[in-house]
Amino acid sequence: MVNDPFGDLRDLYQEVILDHGKHPRNHRHPPDANHEARGDNPLCGDRITVYLTMGEDGVIHDVAFEGRGCAISTASASLMTEVIRGKSERDARALFDCFHDLCTKDDADIDAHGPVDEDALDRLRVLSGVREFPVRVKCATLAWHTLAAAMAGAGKISTE
Amino acid sequence: MPDAHRNRGHSPNAQGQHRPALPPEPYDVERVRADFPILQRLVHERPGRLGKPLVYLDNAASAQKPRAVIDAMVRCMELEYANVHRGIHYLSQQTTDAYEAVRGKIACFLNAPSRDNIVITRNATEAINLVAASWGRTFLERGDEVVLSVLEHHANIVPWQLLQAEKGIVIKVVPCDERGVLDLDAYADLLGPRTKLVAITHGSNVVGTVTPAAEIARIAHRHGILVLFDGSQTAVHMPVDVQAIDADFYVFTGHKLYGPTGIGVLYGRRSVLHRMPPYQGGGDMIAAVSFAGTTYRDPPYRFEAGTPPIIEGIGLGAAIDYVEALGRDAIALHEHSLLERATTRLERVDGVRIVGTAPGKAAILSFVLDGVHPHDLGMLADQMGVAVRVGRHCAEPLLARFGLEATARASFGLYNTIAEADALVDAVMAVKEFFR
Repeated sequence: MVNDPFGDLRDLYQEVILDHGKHPRNHRHPPDANHEARGDNPLCGDRITVYLTMGEDGVIHDVAFEGRGCAISTASASLMTEVIRGKSERDARALFDCFHDLCTKDDADIDAHGPVDEDALDRLRVLSGVREFPVRVKCATLAWHTLAAAMAGAGKISTE
Repeated sequence: MPDAHRNRGHSPNAQGQHRPALPPEPYDVERVRADFPILQRLVHERPGRLGKPLVYLDNAASAQKPRAVIDAMVRCMELEYANVHRGIHYLSQQTTDAYEAVRGKIACFLNAPSRDNIVITRNATEAINLVAASWGRTFLERGDEVVLSVLEHHANIVPWQLLQAEKGIVIKVVPCDERGVLDLDAYADLLGPRTKLVAITHGSNVVGTVTPAAEIARIAHRHGILVLFDGSQTAVHMPVDVQAIDADFYVFTGHKLYGPTGIGVLYGRRSVLHRMPPYQGGGDMIAAVSFAGTTYRDPPYRFEAGTPPIIEGIGLGAAIDYVEALGRDAIALHEHSLLERATTRLERVDGVRIVGTAPGKAAILSFVLDGVHPHDLGMLADQMGVAVRVGRHCAEPLLARFGLEATARASFGLYNTIAEADALVDAVMAVKEFFR
Protein backbone atom coordinates (compact mmCIF):
# COMPACT_ATOMS: atom_id res chain seq x y z
CA MET A 1 0.00 0.00 0.00
CA VAL A 2 1.39 3.40 -0.92
CA ASN A 3 1.84 5.90 1.90
CA ASP A 4 0.60 3.40 4.43
CA PRO A 5 1.94 4.76 7.70
CA PHE A 6 1.64 1.32 9.27
CA GLY A 7 3.28 -0.64 6.44
CA ASP A 8 5.66 -2.60 8.66
CA LEU A 9 2.93 -3.56 11.05
CA ARG A 10 0.57 -5.08 8.49
CA ASP A 11 2.36 -8.43 8.91
CA LEU A 12 1.67 -8.31 12.60
CA TYR A 13 -1.87 -7.00 12.46
CA GLN A 14 -3.25 -9.32 9.80
CA GLU A 15 -6.96 -9.41 9.08
CA VAL A 16 -7.42 -12.63 11.05
CA ILE A 17 -5.92 -10.97 14.11
CA LEU A 18 -7.98 -7.82 13.73
CA ASP A 19 -11.09 -9.96 13.35
CA HIS A 20 -10.40 -12.17 16.40
CA GLY A 21 -9.28 -9.12 18.33
CA LYS A 22 -12.53 -7.35 17.65
CA HIS A 23 -14.82 -10.39 17.83
CA PRO A 24 -13.16 -12.93 20.11
CA ARG A 25 -14.59 -16.45 19.99
CA ASN A 26 -15.44 -18.32 23.19
CA HIS A 27 -15.35 -15.12 25.21
CA ARG A 28 -17.52 -16.39 28.07
CA HIS A 29 -17.50 -18.09 31.46
CA PRO A 30 -18.74 -21.70 31.09
CA PRO A 31 -20.76 -22.69 34.19
CA ASP A 32 -19.35 -26.23 34.24
CA ALA A 33 -15.68 -25.22 33.98
CA ASN A 34 -13.56 -27.23 36.42
CA HIS A 35 -10.17 -25.57 35.87
CA GLU A 36 -9.37 -21.90 35.62
CA ALA A 37 -6.44 -19.56 35.88
CA ARG A 38 -5.83 -15.84 35.67
CA GLY A 39 -3.11 -14.34 33.57
CA ASP A 40 -1.78 -10.86 34.04
CA ASN A 41 0.61 -8.75 32.03
CA PRO A 42 1.09 -5.78 34.34
CA LEU A 43 3.30 -3.93 31.90
CA CYS A 44 0.57 -3.35 29.35
CA GLY A 45 -2.49 -3.99 31.47
CA ASP A 46 -3.72 -7.23 29.92
CA ARG A 47 -5.79 -9.43 32.21
CA ILE A 48 -7.32 -12.71 31.18
CA THR A 49 -9.02 -15.69 32.80
CA VAL A 50 -8.98 -19.04 31.02
CA TYR A 51 -11.69 -21.62 31.85
CA LEU A 52 -11.36 -25.31 31.08
CA THR A 53 -13.87 -28.10 31.28
CA MET A 54 -11.68 -31.19 31.48
CA GLY A 55 -12.93 -34.73 31.46
CA GLU A 56 -11.69 -37.62 33.58
CA ASP A 57 -9.98 -38.78 30.42
CA GLY A 58 -7.74 -35.69 30.46
CA VAL A 59 -9.43 -34.25 27.38
CA ILE A 60 -10.33 -30.56 27.19
CA HIS A 61 -14.05 -30.67 26.38
CA ASP A 62 -14.57 -26.92 26.55
CA VAL A 63 -12.29 -23.91 26.74
CA ALA A 64 -13.24 -20.28 27.02
CA PHE A 65 -11.79 -17.03 28.32
CA GLU A 66 -12.78 -13.70 29.76
CA GLY A 67 -11.00 -10.38 30.00
CA ARG A 68 -9.62 -8.12 27.34
CA GLY A 69 -6.22 -7.05 26.33
CA CYS A 70 -4.61 -5.70 23.22
CA ALA A 71 -5.61 -6.99 19.79
CA ILE A 72 -2.71 -9.46 19.78
CA SER A 73 -3.44 -10.99 23.18
CA THR A 74 -7.20 -11.13 22.57
CA ALA A 75 -6.79 -12.68 19.13
CA SER A 76 -4.30 -15.19 20.50
CA ALA A 77 -6.68 -16.22 23.29
CA SER A 78 -9.54 -16.51 20.82
CA LEU A 79 -7.55 -18.63 18.36
CA MET A 80 -6.28 -20.78 21.20
CA THR A 81 -9.78 -21.65 22.35
CA GLU A 82 -10.60 -22.72 18.81
CA VAL A 83 -7.63 -25.01 18.32
CA ILE A 84 -7.36 -26.79 21.65
CA ARG A 85 -10.93 -27.93 22.16
CA GLY A 86 -11.09 -31.72 22.13
CA LYS A 87 -7.36 -32.09 22.66
CA SER A 88 -5.71 -33.98 25.48
CA GLU A 89 -3.73 -32.02 28.00
CA ARG A 90 -0.54 -33.45 26.52
CA ASP A 91 -1.42 -32.44 22.96
CA ALA A 92 -2.37 -28.95 24.12
CA ARG A 93 0.96 -28.67 25.90
CA ALA A 94 2.87 -29.78 22.80
CA LEU A 95 0.97 -27.27 20.70
CA PHE A 96 1.88 -24.51 23.18
CA ASP A 97 5.56 -25.49 23.02
CA CYS A 98 5.51 -25.35 19.21
CA PHE A 99 3.57 -22.08 19.18
CA HIS A 100 6.00 -20.57 21.67
CA ASP A 101 8.88 -21.49 19.39
CA LEU A 102 7.07 -19.96 16.43
CA CYS A 103 6.73 -16.71 18.34
CA THR A 104 10.31 -16.56 19.53
CA LYS A 105 12.58 -18.41 17.10
CA ASP A 106 13.29 -17.64 13.47
CA ASP A 107 14.10 -21.28 12.75
CA ALA A 108 11.54 -23.01 14.91
CA ASP A 109 11.65 -26.80 14.61
CA ILE A 110 8.04 -27.85 14.95
CA ASP A 111 8.98 -31.48 15.35
CA ALA A 112 11.02 -30.75 18.43
CA HIS A 113 8.10 -31.27 20.79
CA GLY A 114 6.74 -34.49 19.39
CA PRO A 115 3.78 -34.89 17.06
CA VAL A 116 1.41 -31.91 16.95
CA ASP A 117 -1.77 -31.03 15.12
CA GLU A 118 -0.23 -29.28 12.12
CA ASP A 119 -3.52 -27.79 10.94
CA ALA A 120 -3.91 -26.13 14.33
CA LEU A 121 -0.33 -24.90 14.20
CA ASP A 122 -0.94 -23.47 10.72
CA ARG A 123 -3.84 -21.44 12.08
CA LEU A 124 -1.61 -20.09 14.85
CA ARG A 125 1.13 -19.11 12.43
CA VAL A 126 -0.69 -15.82 11.84
CA LEU A 127 0.62 -14.69 15.23
CA SER A 128 4.24 -15.53 14.51
CA GLY A 129 4.80 -11.94 13.34
CA VAL A 130 5.40 -11.02 17.00
CA ARG A 131 8.85 -12.55 16.57
CA GLU A 132 9.93 -9.24 15.07
CA PHE A 133 8.58 -7.31 18.06
CA PRO A 134 9.95 -8.79 21.28
CA VAL A 135 7.70 -6.66 23.52
CA ARG A 136 4.65 -8.23 21.91
CA VAL A 137 5.69 -11.87 22.46
CA LYS A 138 4.16 -11.69 25.93
CA CYS A 139 0.88 -10.53 24.41
CA ALA A 140 0.75 -13.49 22.04
CA THR A 141 1.67 -16.05 24.67
CA LEU A 142 -0.27 -14.74 27.69
CA ALA A 143 -3.36 -16.88 26.99
CA TRP A 144 -1.20 -19.97 26.50
CA HIS A 145 0.74 -19.44 29.71
CA THR A 146 -2.59 -19.01 31.45
CA LEU A 147 -3.88 -22.19 29.84
CA ALA A 148 -0.85 -24.07 31.09
CA ALA A 149 -1.46 -22.70 34.59
CA ALA A 150 -5.13 -23.72 34.42
CA MET A 151 -4.21 -27.26 33.32
CA ALA A 152 -1.62 -27.48 36.09
CA GLY A 153 -4.08 -26.05 38.60
CA ALA A 154 -1.76 -23.15 39.44
CA GLY A 155 -4.57 -20.61 39.37
CA LYS A 156 -2.70 -17.41 38.64
CA ILE A 157 0.26 -16.40 36.53
CA SER A 158 1.96 -13.21 35.59
CA THR A 159 4.13 -12.67 32.56
CA GLU A 160 6.26 -10.12 34.41
CA MET B 1 23.29 27.45 27.13
CA PRO B 2 20.73 29.40 25.18
CA ASP B 3 21.81 32.89 26.21
CA ALA B 4 18.86 34.45 24.46
CA HIS B 5 16.63 32.76 27.00
CA ARG B 6 18.72 33.60 30.01
CA ASN B 7 17.01 35.27 32.94
CA ARG B 8 13.59 34.85 31.49
CA GLY B 9 10.87 34.30 34.05
CA HIS B 10 11.63 34.88 37.71
CA SER B 11 13.56 32.09 39.26
CA PRO B 12 14.87 32.48 42.77
CA ASN B 13 18.52 33.48 42.85
CA ALA B 14 21.13 32.43 45.35
CA GLN B 15 19.64 34.64 48.05
CA GLY B 16 16.22 33.16 47.51
CA GLN B 17 14.94 36.48 46.18
CA HIS B 18 13.10 36.73 42.91
CA ARG B 19 14.61 38.52 39.97
CA PRO B 20 12.22 40.88 38.28
CA ALA B 21 10.58 39.21 35.29
CA LEU B 22 11.72 40.55 31.94
CA PRO B 23 9.07 41.38 29.38
CA PRO B 24 7.93 38.09 27.83
CA GLU B 25 9.57 37.17 24.54
CA PRO B 26 8.16 34.55 22.23
CA TYR B 27 9.38 31.12 23.33
CA ASP B 28 11.80 30.03 20.60
CA VAL B 29 11.14 26.31 20.60
CA GLU B 30 13.17 25.67 17.45
CA ARG B 31 16.19 27.12 19.14
CA VAL B 32 15.53 24.95 22.19
CA ARG B 33 15.24 21.87 19.98
CA ALA B 34 18.63 22.58 18.47
CA ASP B 35 20.08 22.11 21.96
CA PHE B 36 18.94 18.45 22.06
CA PRO B 37 21.04 16.19 19.83
CA ILE B 38 18.62 13.26 20.01
CA LEU B 39 15.82 15.31 18.50
CA GLN B 40 17.79 15.51 15.28
CA ARG B 41 17.66 11.74 14.73
CA LEU B 42 15.15 9.69 12.82
CA VAL B 43 13.45 6.55 14.08
CA HIS B 44 12.49 3.36 12.21
CA GLU B 45 15.26 4.05 9.75
CA ARG B 46 16.78 1.16 7.83
CA PRO B 47 18.27 0.42 4.42
CA GLY B 48 15.76 1.22 1.72
CA ARG B 49 13.47 3.08 4.02
CA LEU B 50 13.50 6.67 5.16
CA GLY B 51 13.14 7.12 8.88
CA LYS B 52 10.56 9.26 10.60
CA PRO B 53 11.31 12.29 12.71
CA LEU B 54 11.12 11.50 16.40
CA VAL B 55 8.03 12.96 18.08
CA TYR B 56 9.02 12.34 21.67
CA LEU B 57 5.99 12.57 23.94
CA ASP B 58 7.15 10.34 26.77
CA ASN B 59 8.75 13.03 28.89
CA ALA B 60 6.94 12.04 32.06
CA ALA B 61 8.79 8.72 31.90
CA SER B 62 12.12 10.32 31.16
CA ALA B 63 13.23 13.46 29.35
CA GLN B 64 15.94 13.89 26.72
CA LYS B 65 19.22 15.60 27.49
CA PRO B 66 20.44 18.95 26.15
CA ARG B 67 23.96 19.37 24.81
CA ALA B 68 24.80 21.43 27.91
CA VAL B 69 24.19 18.42 30.17
CA ILE B 70 26.06 16.01 27.92
CA ASP B 71 29.01 18.40 27.61
CA ALA B 72 29.16 19.07 31.34
CA MET B 73 29.35 15.36 32.09
CA VAL B 74 31.97 14.75 29.42
CA ARG B 75 33.97 17.74 30.61
CA CYS B 76 33.83 16.41 34.15
CA MET B 77 35.24 13.06 33.04
CA GLU B 78 37.80 14.58 30.73
CA LEU B 79 39.08 17.40 32.88
CA GLU B 80 37.71 17.62 36.37
CA TYR B 81 37.25 14.20 37.84
CA ALA B 82 38.36 12.63 41.09
CA ASN B 83 36.54 11.33 44.13
CA VAL B 84 34.93 13.98 46.31
CA HIS B 85 35.22 14.86 50.00
CA ARG B 86 38.38 12.82 50.37
CA GLY B 87 41.41 14.14 48.64
CA ILE B 88 43.76 16.93 49.41
CA HIS B 89 44.96 16.85 45.85
CA TYR B 90 44.04 19.45 43.29
CA LEU B 91 41.55 17.45 41.22
CA SER B 92 39.68 16.10 44.20
CA GLN B 93 39.29 19.60 45.56
CA GLN B 94 38.13 20.90 42.21
CA THR B 95 35.62 18.08 41.78
CA THR B 96 34.38 18.49 45.34
CA ASP B 97 33.82 22.20 44.78
CA ALA B 98 31.93 21.57 41.55
CA TYR B 99 29.84 18.80 43.08
CA GLU B 100 28.99 20.79 46.20
CA ALA B 101 28.09 23.79 44.06
CA VAL B 102 25.39 21.59 42.54
CA ARG B 103 23.92 21.06 46.00
CA GLY B 104 23.64 24.83 46.23
CA LYS B 105 21.98 24.98 42.82
CA ILE B 106 19.44 22.38 43.86
CA ALA B 107 18.73 24.37 47.04
CA CYS B 108 18.08 27.50 44.93
CA PHE B 109 16.02 25.50 42.48
CA LEU B 110 13.65 24.47 45.30
CA ASN B 111 14.12 27.71 47.24
CA ALA B 112 15.38 25.64 50.18
CA PRO B 113 16.77 27.65 53.11
CA SER B 114 20.19 26.05 52.82
CA ARG B 115 22.26 23.56 50.86
CA ASP B 116 22.26 21.41 54.01
CA ASN B 117 18.59 20.62 53.37
CA ILE B 118 19.54 18.80 50.17
CA VAL B 119 20.29 15.08 50.34
CA ILE B 120 21.47 13.62 47.04
CA THR B 121 20.09 10.19 46.23
CA ARG B 122 20.01 7.92 43.19
CA ASN B 123 16.46 8.84 42.21
CA ALA B 124 13.12 9.94 43.65
CA THR B 125 12.27 6.36 44.57
CA GLU B 126 15.37 6.12 46.72
CA ALA B 127 14.57 9.46 48.31
CA ILE B 128 11.17 8.17 49.45
CA ASN B 129 12.68 4.88 50.58
CA LEU B 130 15.23 6.86 52.57
CA VAL B 131 12.46 8.66 54.46
CA ALA B 132 10.54 5.42 55.01
CA ALA B 133 13.63 3.54 56.17
CA SER B 134 15.20 6.22 58.35
CA TRP B 135 12.37 8.42 59.61
CA GLY B 136 9.65 5.79 59.29
CA ARG B 137 11.47 2.99 61.10
CA THR B 138 12.49 5.35 63.88
CA PHE B 139 9.31 7.26 64.51
CA LEU B 140 6.45 5.02 63.41
CA GLU B 141 4.92 2.40 65.66
CA ARG B 142 2.24 -0.21 65.22
CA GLY B 143 -1.08 1.48 64.53
CA ASP B 144 0.45 4.78 63.39
CA GLU B 145 -1.04 6.06 60.16
CA VAL B 146 0.50 7.26 56.92
CA VAL B 147 -1.86 9.04 54.55
CA LEU B 148 -1.27 8.60 50.81
CA SER B 149 -3.49 9.50 47.86
CA VAL B 150 -5.01 7.44 45.10
CA LEU B 151 -2.90 9.45 42.64
CA GLU B 152 0.38 7.95 43.82
CA HIS B 153 3.06 6.35 41.71
CA HIS B 154 4.09 2.95 43.05
CA ALA B 155 7.28 4.62 44.32
CA ASN B 156 5.19 6.41 46.94
CA ILE B 157 3.08 3.37 47.81
CA VAL B 158 5.35 0.37 48.09
CA PRO B 159 7.94 1.81 50.53
CA TRP B 160 5.08 2.46 52.97
CA GLN B 161 3.68 -1.02 52.40
CA LEU B 162 7.08 -2.46 53.29
CA LEU B 163 6.89 -0.48 56.50
CA GLN B 164 3.33 -1.68 57.00
CA ALA B 165 4.54 -5.28 56.84
CA GLU B 166 7.49 -4.57 59.10
CA LYS B 167 5.96 -2.27 61.71
CA GLY B 168 2.21 -2.72 61.44
CA ILE B 169 1.51 0.86 60.40
CA VAL B 170 -1.82 1.72 58.79
CA ILE B 171 -2.05 3.23 55.29
CA LYS B 172 -4.97 5.51 54.47
CA VAL B 173 -5.77 6.80 51.02
CA VAL B 174 -7.18 10.17 49.96
CA PRO B 175 -9.67 9.68 47.10
CA CYS B 176 -10.03 11.81 43.98
CA ASP B 177 -13.02 12.78 41.86
CA GLU B 178 -13.73 12.00 38.20
CA ARG B 179 -11.45 14.83 37.09
CA GLY B 180 -8.56 13.51 39.15
CA VAL B 181 -8.86 16.26 41.79
CA LEU B 182 -8.10 15.20 45.36
CA ASP B 183 -11.00 15.35 47.81
CA LEU B 184 -9.61 17.72 50.44
CA ASP B 185 -12.58 17.27 52.78
CA ALA B 186 -12.01 13.53 52.78
CA TYR B 187 -8.33 14.23 53.30
CA ALA B 188 -8.95 16.40 56.37
CA ASP B 189 -11.28 13.72 57.74
CA LEU B 190 -8.64 11.02 57.34
CA LEU B 191 -6.22 12.78 59.65
CA GLY B 192 -6.40 11.56 63.23
CA PRO B 193 -4.37 11.34 66.42
CA ARG B 194 -2.39 8.39 65.04
CA THR B 195 -1.56 10.07 61.71
CA LYS B 196 2.18 10.74 61.60
CA LEU B 197 2.87 11.45 57.93
CA VAL B 198 1.10 12.60 54.81
CA ALA B 199 2.95 11.46 51.67
CA ILE B 200 1.30 12.74 48.52
CA THR B 201 2.34 13.46 45.00
CA HIS B 202 2.72 17.09 43.97
CA GLY B 203 1.73 16.11 40.44
CA SER B 204 0.22 12.91 39.05
CA ASN B 205 2.27 11.11 36.41
CA VAL B 206 -0.92 9.71 34.86
CA VAL B 207 -3.65 12.33 35.02
CA GLY B 208 -1.45 15.41 35.40
CA THR B 209 -3.24 16.78 38.47
CA VAL B 210 -1.15 19.29 40.40
CA THR B 211 -2.15 18.89 44.02
CA PRO B 212 -2.64 21.90 46.35
CA ALA B 213 0.56 21.21 48.26
CA ALA B 214 0.49 24.30 50.47
CA GLU B 215 -3.10 23.56 51.53
CA ILE B 216 -2.29 19.89 52.14
CA ALA B 217 0.69 20.87 54.30
CA ARG B 218 -1.27 23.54 56.20
CA ILE B 219 -3.98 21.05 57.17
CA ALA B 220 -1.43 18.41 58.19
CA HIS B 221 0.67 20.83 60.20
CA ARG B 222 -2.40 21.91 62.16
CA HIS B 223 -2.25 18.41 63.64
CA GLY B 224 1.52 18.29 63.92
CA ILE B 225 1.74 15.83 61.03
CA LEU B 226 4.72 15.85 58.66
CA VAL B 227 4.25 16.04 54.89
CA LEU B 228 6.25 14.58 52.04
CA PHE B 229 5.63 15.57 48.43
CA ASP B 230 6.69 13.58 45.41
CA GLY B 231 7.69 16.32 42.99
CA SER B 232 8.96 14.10 40.20
CA GLN B 233 6.42 15.51 37.75
CA THR B 234 6.15 19.06 39.10
CA ALA B 235 9.77 20.12 39.45
CA VAL B 236 10.06 19.80 35.66
CA HIS B 237 6.91 21.70 34.76
CA MET B 238 6.69 24.63 37.16
CA PRO B 239 8.55 26.65 39.79
CA VAL B 240 8.64 24.87 43.15
CA ASP B 241 9.18 26.67 46.44
CA VAL B 242 9.47 24.23 49.33
CA GLN B 243 9.29 27.05 51.88
CA ALA B 244 6.11 28.51 50.41
CA ILE B 245 4.58 25.03 50.34
CA ASP B 246 5.99 24.42 53.82
CA ALA B 247 7.05 20.88 52.91
CA ASP B 248 8.87 18.72 55.44
CA PHE B 249 10.16 16.48 52.65
CA TYR B 250 10.17 17.06 48.90
CA VAL B 251 11.65 14.64 46.37
CA PHE B 252 12.37 14.78 42.68
CA THR B 253 14.51 12.98 40.15
CA GLY B 254 17.19 14.19 37.74
CA HIS B 255 16.36 12.28 34.60
CA LYS B 256 12.91 13.78 34.16
CA LEU B 257 14.46 17.24 34.52
CA TYR B 258 16.58 16.81 31.37
CA GLY B 259 19.44 15.57 33.54
CA PRO B 260 21.08 12.17 33.77
CA THR B 261 19.74 9.01 35.34
CA GLY B 262 21.14 7.84 38.65
CA ILE B 263 20.57 11.05 40.59
CA GLY B 264 17.65 12.24 42.67
CA VAL B 265 17.00 14.71 45.45
CA LEU B 266 15.51 14.64 48.91
CA TYR B 267 14.79 18.01 50.43
CA GLY B 268 14.26 17.73 54.17
CA ARG B 269 13.40 20.25 56.86
CA ARG B 270 16.51 20.77 58.98
CA SER B 271 14.93 19.90 62.32
CA VAL B 272 13.51 16.68 60.87
CA LEU B 273 16.70 15.59 59.10
CA HIS B 274 18.70 16.12 62.27
CA ARG B 275 16.53 13.68 64.20
CA MET B 276 16.85 10.96 61.58
CA PRO B 277 19.38 8.12 61.87
CA PRO B 278 21.54 7.07 58.91
CA TYR B 279 19.90 5.35 55.96
CA GLN B 280 22.88 3.33 54.77
CA GLY B 281 26.28 2.89 56.31
CA GLY B 282 29.63 3.37 54.65
CA GLY B 283 32.22 5.94 53.78
CA ASP B 284 31.50 9.66 53.60
CA MET B 285 28.62 9.52 56.12
CA ILE B 286 30.74 9.03 59.22
CA ALA B 287 32.47 11.42 61.60
CA ALA B 288 34.69 8.83 63.29
CA VAL B 289 34.81 5.07 63.05
CA SER B 290 36.19 2.62 65.58
CA PHE B 291 35.23 -0.88 66.50
CA ALA B 292 34.05 0.49 69.82
CA GLY B 293 31.51 2.67 68.07
CA THR B 294 30.99 5.06 65.18
CA THR B 295 29.64 8.58 65.02
CA TYR B 296 27.89 10.06 62.05
CA ARG B 297 28.16 13.31 60.21
CA ASP B 298 25.40 15.88 60.20
CA PRO B 299 22.80 15.94 57.44
CA PRO B 300 22.89 15.88 54.51
CA TYR B 301 26.10 13.77 54.49
CA ARG B 302 24.76 11.39 57.10
CA PHE B 303 22.43 10.05 54.43
CA GLU B 304 24.97 9.80 51.64
CA ALA B 305 27.02 6.68 52.24
CA GLY B 306 29.63 5.76 49.69
CA THR B 307 30.94 7.60 46.66
CA PRO B 308 28.10 9.80 45.44
CA PRO B 309 26.90 10.15 41.83
CA ILE B 310 29.56 12.72 41.01
CA ILE B 311 29.28 12.84 37.23
CA GLU B 312 25.49 12.66 37.43
CA GLY B 313 25.56 15.50 39.93
CA ILE B 314 27.52 17.66 37.50
CA GLY B 315 24.96 16.74 34.83
CA LEU B 316 22.04 17.64 37.08
CA GLY B 317 23.65 20.98 37.85
CA ALA B 318 23.87 21.70 34.11
CA ALA B 319 20.25 20.60 33.65
CA ILE B 320 19.09 22.98 36.38
CA ASP B 321 21.08 25.81 34.77
CA TYR B 322 19.49 24.99 31.44
CA VAL B 323 15.94 24.92 32.77
CA GLU B 324 16.46 28.05 34.85
CA ALA B 325 17.87 29.91 31.85
CA LEU B 326 14.70 29.17 29.93
CA GLY B 327 12.64 30.00 33.00
CA ARG B 328 10.19 27.58 34.53
CA ASP B 329 7.29 30.00 34.08
CA ALA B 330 8.08 30.26 30.39
CA ILE B 331 8.39 26.47 30.12
CA ALA B 332 5.07 25.98 31.91
CA LEU B 333 3.40 28.47 29.59
CA HIS B 334 4.79 26.77 26.51
CA GLU B 335 3.85 23.30 27.69
CA HIS B 336 0.34 24.41 28.52
CA SER B 337 -0.15 25.69 25.00
CA LEU B 338 0.80 22.20 23.75
CA LEU B 339 -1.49 20.49 26.24
CA GLU B 340 -4.35 22.75 25.29
CA ARG B 341 -3.83 22.19 21.58
CA ALA B 342 -3.66 18.40 21.90
CA THR B 343 -6.58 18.26 24.34
CA THR B 344 -8.85 20.45 22.24
CA ARG B 345 -8.22 18.42 19.10
CA LEU B 346 -8.24 15.02 20.79
CA GLU B 347 -11.55 15.73 22.52
CA ARG B 348 -13.14 16.11 19.13
CA VAL B 349 -12.09 12.65 18.00
CA ASP B 350 -15.08 10.39 18.39
CA GLY B 351 -14.38 7.54 20.81
CA VAL B 352 -11.57 9.28 22.68
CA ARG B 353 -11.92 9.66 26.42
CA ILE B 354 -9.45 11.89 28.19
CA VAL B 355 -8.51 10.61 31.64
CA GLY B 356 -7.76 13.45 34.02
CA THR B 357 -9.25 16.88 33.55
CA ALA B 358 -8.18 18.68 36.72
CA PRO B 359 -7.97 22.45 36.34
CA GLY B 360 -4.38 23.68 36.05
CA LYS B 361 -2.99 20.23 35.40
CA ALA B 362 0.54 19.65 34.17
CA ALA B 363 1.21 18.88 30.50
CA ILE B 364 0.32 15.20 30.79
CA LEU B 365 -2.45 13.81 28.64
CA SER B 366 -3.80 10.33 29.36
CA PHE B 367 -6.53 8.96 27.17
CA VAL B 368 -8.24 5.84 25.89
CA LEU B 369 -9.74 5.16 22.48
CA ASP B 370 -12.90 3.06 22.24
CA GLY B 371 -12.30 -0.41 20.84
CA VAL B 372 -8.52 0.01 20.63
CA HIS B 373 -6.26 -1.21 23.39
CA PRO B 374 -3.63 1.38 24.39
CA HIS B 375 -0.87 -1.11 23.68
CA ASP B 376 -1.97 -1.39 20.04
CA LEU B 377 -2.41 2.35 19.83
CA GLY B 378 1.08 2.95 21.21
CA MET B 379 2.72 0.53 18.82
CA LEU B 380 0.98 1.93 15.76
CA ALA B 381 1.62 5.53 16.80
CA ASP B 382 5.28 4.61 17.25
CA GLN B 383 5.32 3.41 13.67
CA MET B 384 4.51 7.01 12.73
CA GLY B 385 7.37 8.22 14.92
CA VAL B 386 5.14 9.29 17.83
CA ALA B 387 6.50 7.94 21.13
CA VAL B 388 3.90 7.73 23.88
CA ARG B 389 3.70 5.53 26.94
CA VAL B 390 0.96 2.96 27.32
CA GLY B 391 -0.03 0.76 30.22
CA ARG B 392 -0.59 1.37 33.90
CA HIS B 393 2.20 3.92 34.34
CA CYS B 394 3.31 2.47 37.69
CA ALA B 395 0.05 3.72 39.20
CA GLU B 396 -2.19 0.69 39.24
CA PRO B 397 -4.55 1.90 42.01
CA LEU B 398 -5.23 5.09 40.06
CA LEU B 399 -6.04 3.15 36.90
CA ALA B 400 -8.37 0.97 38.96
CA ARG B 401 -10.02 4.13 40.33
CA PHE B 402 -10.93 5.06 36.78
CA GLY B 403 -11.98 1.50 35.95
CA LEU B 404 -9.20 1.14 33.39
CA GLU B 405 -6.63 -1.55 32.68
CA ALA B 406 -4.39 0.83 30.79
CA THR B 407 -4.22 4.22 29.11
CA ALA B 408 -2.10 5.86 26.46
CA ARG B 409 -0.23 8.86 27.79
CA ALA B 410 1.38 11.76 25.97
CA SER B 411 3.54 13.97 28.16
CA PHE B 412 5.00 17.19 26.84
CA GLY B 413 8.38 18.68 27.51
CA LEU B 414 10.06 22.01 26.92
CA TYR B 415 11.17 21.04 23.40
CA ASN B 416 7.85 19.81 22.02
CA THR B 417 6.04 21.79 19.37
CA ILE B 418 2.49 22.52 18.31
CA ALA B 419 3.21 20.45 15.19
CA GLU B 420 4.05 17.52 17.48
CA ALA B 421 0.84 17.97 19.44
CA ASP B 422 -0.90 17.79 16.07
CA ALA B 423 1.13 14.72 15.08
CA LEU B 424 -0.17 12.97 18.19
CA VAL B 425 -3.78 13.66 17.27
CA ASP B 426 -3.18 12.69 13.64
CA ALA B 427 -1.65 9.42 14.80
CA VAL B 428 -4.62 8.68 17.04
CA MET B 429 -6.99 9.31 14.13
CA ALA B 430 -4.95 7.08 11.83
CA VAL B 431 -4.93 4.30 14.43
CA LYS B 432 -8.67 4.64 14.83
CA GLU B 433 -9.06 4.28 11.08
CA PHE B 434 -6.79 1.22 11.10
CA PHE B 435 -9.03 -0.60 13.57
CA ARG B 436 -12.30 0.51 12.01
